[in-house]
Amino acid sequence: MNPTRSETFQLQTSDDVIRMRQMVRVWMVEMKFGLVDQTKMVTAASELARNALAYGGGGSVCMEALADDGRRGLRLVFEDQGPGIADLELALTDGYTTGGGLGLGLSGSKRLVNEFAIWSAVGEGTRVTIVRWTI
Amino acid sequence: MDKIPILKMGHFLLVTIQVDMHDRLAMTLQDDLTSRVVKDRAKGVLIDISSLEIVDSFIGRMLANIAAMTRTLGAESVVVGMQPAVAITIVELGMSLHNVRTALNVDKGMALLIAQLNGLAEDDGNEPNPE
Repeated sequence: MNPTRSETFQLQTSDDVIRMRQMVRVWMVEMKFGLVDQTKMVTAASELARNALAYGGGGSVCMEALADDGRRGLRLVFEDQGPGIADLELALTDGYTTGGGLGLGLSGSKRLVNEFAIWSAVGEGTRVTIVRWTI
Repeated sequence: MDKIPILKMGHFLLVTIQVDMHDRLAMTLQDDLTSRVVKDRAKGVLIDISSLEIVDSFIGRMLANIAAMTRTLGAESVVVGMQPAVAITIVELGMSLHNVRTALNVDKGMALLIAQLNGLAEDDGNEPNPE
């Protein structure tokens, strides 16, 4: 599916995470997502951006506006070139953390979106793709 | 470097979080609040989050930490004013915040703290207003 609009932002500092959250919010308001949809997507984005910072040593997010058969979608692709995740199944378990957090970043953000995909290779990095649709 | 103001109201401290919290600000707030609880001998802390558009696991952990830290120092914390969309989101995220006391708004939060304070006074055997 070809995005109707696409932009990439760097995620290197916690200020970048805040700016990205504001950007996601602005896009979703423009795309006429409801408040609960916005809140869920911005929260998921915040979790994944923090992961990219904390575990990946920084990364980037690509934001894409999608249109498909009358519905609108926002796709976010988070990428980092960090150490990668050896055991994805374990990393997706509620409460599992190697960073001293609550262990809800991956598993929790998965529950907040309509589509969730993760790719990771040890020594190469991690890429997480999420989509939220209007309907 | 900006700071979140901490107001003193009687036995209680009042904090209104109005800005997008970044990591340093959250850490500063933890430090400032625990110092003020000791300095002001506060019996309770009211944290108003009605302006927060999201609570992610980082901010949630900070709220839980503040509640645990102030409780250790003898002051109960109450988080008030959570937006409905935020409540829906944190439950789906899987964050229970079960160690954090919450109330609908500032009035109800204050009532909770006052009730707590009166309860404490009775436990001590010191009736605040014996008839």
